[in-house]
Amino acid sequence: MTREEIEQVVTDELGHIAPEVDIDLVDRDGDIREEFDIDSMDFLTLVTGLHERLGIDIPEADYAKLDSLDSAVSYLEMHLVA
Amino acid sequence: MTLPTIEAQSARSDDRPNLDDYDGTCRAFRWSDARGLLDGLPDGGLNIAYEAVDRHVAHGNGDRLALRWIDNDETAHDLSYADLATATNRFANVLAALGLKSGDRVFSLLGRTPELYIAALGALKGGHVFSPLFSAFGPEPIKARMTIGGAKLLVTTKSLYRRKVAPIRAQLDSLEHVLLIDGTDDLPDGTVSLSDALASASGDFDVVATDPEDMALLHFTSGTTGRPKGAIHVHAAVTAHHVTGKYALDLQPGDVYWCTADPGWVTGTSYGIISPLTNGVTMIVDQAEFDAERWYRILQDQRVTVWYTAPTAIRMLMKVGADLPKTFDLSALRFMASVGEPLNPEAVVWGDQTFGRPFHDNWWQTETGGIMIANYPSMPVKPGSMGKPLPGIEAAVVEHANGAVKELTEPGAMGELALKTGWPSMMRGYLDEEERYRKCFSGDWYLTGDLATRDADGYYWFVGRADDVIKAAGHLIGPFEVESALMEHPAVAEAGVIGVPDPTAGEMVKAYVALKPGFTADDALNRELRGHARKRLGPAVAPKMIEFRENLPKTRSGKIMRRLLKARELGLPEGDISTLESDEK
Repeated sequence: MTREEIEQVVTDELGHIAPEVDIDLVDRDGDIREEFDIDSMDFLTLVTGLHERLGIDIPEADYAKLDSLDSAVSYLEMHLVA
Repeated sequence: MTLPTIEAQSARSDDRPNLDDYDGTCRAFRWSDARGLLDGLPDGGLNIAYEAVDRHVAHGNGDRLALRWIDNDETAHDLSYADLATATNRFANVLAALGLKSGDRVFSLLGRTPELYIAALGALKGGHVFSPLFSAFGPEPIKARMTIGGAKLLVTTKSLYRRKVAPIRAQLDSLEHVLLIDGTDDLPDGTVSLSDALASASGDFDVVATDPEDMALLHFTSGTTGRPKGAIHVHAAVTAHHVTGKYALDLQPGDVYWCTADPGWVTGTSYGIISPLTNGVTMIVDQAEFDAERWYRILQDQRVTVWYTAPTAIRMLMKVGADLPKTFDLSALRFMASVGEPLNPEAVVWGDQTFGRPFHDNWWQTETGGIMIANYPSMPVKPGSMGKPLPGIEAAVVEHANGAVKELTEPGAMGELALKTGWPSMMRGYLDEEERYRKCFSGDWYLTGDLATRDADGYYWFVGRADDVIKAAGHLIGPFEVESALMEHPAVAEAGVIGVPDPTAGEMVKAYVALKPGFTADDALNRELRGHARKRLGPAVAPKMIEFRENLPKTRSGKIMRRLLKARELGLPEGDISTLESDEK
């Protein structure tokens, strides 16, 4: 899977949770919870959705590594390759 | 399933809790004695902020650490009681310079930052009324609360202002001043830099000698119908904040205390600002959102002794597992408590197995201002029970009969949980809603709207809500507020909102929607409606799920039967449906 494809999956899932957010206006390095206005429950929904779409287990201890759109994509890219 | 009773924590250790003898303390307790634990002001005045901050400075404890703020990057910033006294004096002077008068309403829309604490206490010092708003609210809940509360001044951040307040500013008639805590230049129109204002303000201020019955705090809560209710609390409440913190949280000198609740809700104010400070302990305030590893690191590194958290957080920690906490030194922890919704028995036991001590659940409401029923370190814990009433509090299970209430004394009998009026932190009214306030009482009983039982040992057990309000992640959400926002969308003909069980959050907000002719119930519209609701309500209040229906079940008068939607969602008996006129399709 290319980085672009992974990013598409992440933005799809975020779009499902926060459909009102215009992805083009988002700061990709900004705090993902703030940029997409998501709470802790939404974040868990995101992680579950990514697990289902990509088959990657994201342990709770790694949640902090998904703190922005870019870092989430990088994290998934690294774990898909491994 | 009933899990075995857990032996009283104090029977297993050498710790001597503040409330060592529950029955004896209850017998001897007088609210006037509890008031004597505080200083008061000359001529009978009483001011929450004086008792929380300045009193300790006056007693020579100004160098004690009051607040350790841990920012997002995990850097600690410290404020002693003396620092906090000066900072709150400056803030009070800023408000005075802006022309605010006693009783004027000061609102905050902030994450957990020191400015929030300074604003709350500074406003109280100046005799103003403080009302905190949760920063995850969207523009609609913010507008409703600031309008009802008659907000005169708002303290917030640039980003929150731009996203949530600027779009509704023109509709906030009472609002005169907006103070922004971040940045000094490039500020939006109609806002002022707080740091600039503070820099030119004096650090000396004479605390306004408020009367104990003067309004101090305005906390918003949700009912089944109608707009949010502003529960009025007065300065006298500080006696209850103080003594309940002593008994139910076992706050003692030298404690390092961490309340994880956001001050945007009542717990985060009563027990996240006032009670710990009146008790002279050190508060830990974490800016970041929940993160299991970070939380354990804070408990370890800050040597937290008393931890007050919530069921949703505990259940998230349980999901992470018991291995992670084992890698941290949590030996400083002495007392753990939980509030927000009933803590499931498994979580109480998990705490005992994982930390060597159980979570002590307690119960109270926005209206009660402070903890009313609790589990204490000196009392065996029955997992799943909310415990027994605080000293000074008389509780009962009652049923309604002929316009009055009757106490049910039979153990295990289910009825509405009621409290005998007269404790100092009881709300004094819902702002401008006398009728709704009056409905909360029958004779000298305050009716909580919660259903409960009491067992033969005097322990109380939560059963459910008597009305349709939703409790998601410990926060009360009124279905009407959510339905109203959905109805604003041109496609929506009818909306019914209920709480559905969720293993982590307790309940999750779910909406049923019937569309107007000409609209198609498809995924695109579902997303659009959820987005529409999130934009208006924010993530904390907006429905997480929307389901389309052709028609919603209604009574003859056209009222949507949420109870029936919920029974069907959960596969429960439908109960009395004699008032059903138009059924669901």
